[in-house]
Amino acid sequence: MSIIVNKNTRVLVQGITGREGSFHTTQMVEYGTQVVSGVTPGGLGKEVAGAPVYNTVADAVKETQPNASIIFVPAKFAPDAIYEAVDAGIPFVVCITEGVPVIDMVPVYDYVKRKGARLLGPNCPGLITPGECKMGIMPGFIHTPGKVGLVSRSGTLTYEVVNALTEAGLGQSTAVGIGGDPIIGTNFIDAIAAFQDDPDTEAIVMIGEIGGADEEAAAEFIKANVTKPMAGFIAGRTAPEGKRMGHAGAIISGGAGTAAGKIEAMEAAGIRVADSPSKVPALLKEAMGV
Amino acid sequence: MNIHEYQAAEILHRHGVPVNPGKVASTPEEAAAIAAEFGTIVAVKAQVHSGGRGKAGGIKLAKSPEEAAAAAKAILGMDIRGHIVNKVLIAKGASIAAEYYLGVILDRDNRQILVMASAEGGVDIEEVARVSPEKIVKINADPYLGFHPYQARQLAFALGIAADKVNGFAAIAQNLYKAYVAEDATLTEINPLILTGDGAWMALDSKVSFDDNALFRHPGHEELRDLAEENETELDARRSGISFVKLDGTIGCIVNGAGLAMATMDAVKLHGGEPANFLDVGGGASASQVAKAFGLVTADPNVEAILINIFGGITRGDVVAQGIREALTQVNVKAPIVVRLSGTNAEEGRTILAEAGLTAVTSMDEAAAAVVRAARGA
Repeated sequence: MSIIVNKNTRVLVQGITGREGSFHTTQMVEYGTQVVSGVTPGGLGKEVAGAPVYNTVADAVKETQPNASIIFVPAKFAPDAIYEAVDAGIPFVVCITEGVPVIDMVPVYDYVKRKGARLLGPNCPGLITPGECKMGIMPGFIHTPGKVGLVSRSGTLTYEVVNALTEAGLGQSTAVGIGGDPIIGTNFIDAIAAFQDDPDTEAIVMIGEIGGADEEAAAEFIKANVTKPMAGFIAGRTAPEGKRMGHAGAIISGGAGTAAGKIEAMEAAGIRVADSPSKVPALLKEAMGV
Repeated sequence: MNIHEYQAAEILHRHGVPVNPGKVASTPEEAAAIAAEFGTIVAVKAQVHSGGRGKAGGIKLAKSPEEAAAAAKAILGMDIRGHIVNKVLIAKGASIAAEYYLGVILDRDNRQILVMASAEGGVDIEEVARVSPEKIVKINADPYLGFHPYQARQLAFALGIAADKVNGFAAIAQNLYKAYVAEDATLTEINPLILTGDGAWMALDSKVSFDDNALFRHPGHEELRDLAEENETELDARRSGISFVKLDGTIGCIVNGAGLAMATMDAVKLHGGEPANFLDVGGGASASQVAKAFGLVTADPNVEAILINIFGGITRGDVVAQGIREALTQVNVKAPIVVRLSGTNAEEGRTILAEAGLTAVTSMDEAAAAVVRAARGA
């Protein structure tokens, strides 16, 4: 009924005693996520929202067997936290941290891939399988269990679309925020391929924005591999060239990465692209024939 | 973060790239003095954070100090794609036997660093990429080991560079890569990289941009920032943790989240208006952040109406509404305001706003339509 995370996911929180880490741990636990432990160097013996704190990820793995980790440490320590999680054998790592130097992510991405692990982020809101596991900073209550898989580069814009889907009676199998940085772990193709393979996902929503060519590459992939009905939205039709629009990756350079180019590629792949986030549910229903 | 050509040349020189000697002038007199000192033909080059300097007339050759002064006089104060020229680089003339392009960029598709080169130097490389992409040779650096000497030689041989010049080219390509990594750049580029008449390699024009995320480990880079090249409001916003980009329209936008902020601008346009700015207040949307945002938006005399679009997530709608109410007591806002509040505790938030005399709507489209009407005075 989902991709990547479900009710059996055992979550470790890296940076659990920090302001963000402790706040969101409490939120995740309240949602029903199984947070089994946390890590803060020197934090052994503490407890956050019922989760025991360890000094190292290796210790936490030995004692509590997590199979996923979510990272809330500051940007300069985030790459090290990802290496620590992957080296301890954790197969899925979510990095919420914003502002990680781009060059640091080059070896991180390659290393994670070589180890056979999956990374989500950095600079992302995380992911949620409604009713089962919230591994991120999104407001849980706007989501409802269902059959629509959603993947997005944005945070609040994702909430906007999820909310519209829920209000239109379209629940979600899993909603994934892949993040707005130039180098990210899981991209559109990875998430969409997983949704295509998930028997309980019936339709897919893709929310992109200006910058890079990830949406265009995804459109090519979709054309060849995806049979499920799709709808989407691209933010930044009015964005000027050469200006970074909040997200580090959201910049049109040399005429590449425009909203118009992405919309064209997506429509050519059979995706119904809305001109407003609120119109996504209606277009998706149209694509689903319901 | 962008810097000027002369600053980029200094950085690349530090990393072992042979660059064309040059000095910066702010007046025609200084330009003449530098030209006299060099005693050669010089190039007088506009120093602005913009491409297309050549086409705009921002680069001129001068055979004498008098000509250098005249060229500087013509170029200083020039507007190149919205950038006013305050400085010119006076560079020694060089005899050009061959011109190449050499650049290091981030390859987002492969998530690696890419070194690219072309024998089509001295022209717009984006144009070459569009028209004849086969003329650009690309090699990805190893994510851990970097850019190997053999890879640099591969580039050189692929461009048809003479065997006795290959090692010189390869050394420059490696140093350009090393500069990219050491300086946390998003671009290091030489265009053109030339072979001089007497067979030496030389970078004739250098370009370097830095990764904003990595500025914390390069305290010296901040000093290279040219405040005249940056929008003061945008800088001011950044210091408060707000992302702000000035645009040309009349509808001021205050939004939480970058993606939603872009979608809000698009909605304004869709309903017949033009956004005056991109503004992401960040996650918290506290009273002080909102007050700061009001200040930024109202500082623009073109703003005729303001749209506040908040989707309450972890941030509660009632807290944001309190913030807006408090902010309005701190900043005098004359333009009509339309608030869209949705998500966590949105209803409580709308009640608070109603008490403050503001109407809040629930849908973004409704809000966009309303703010466009308000701007027209309807």
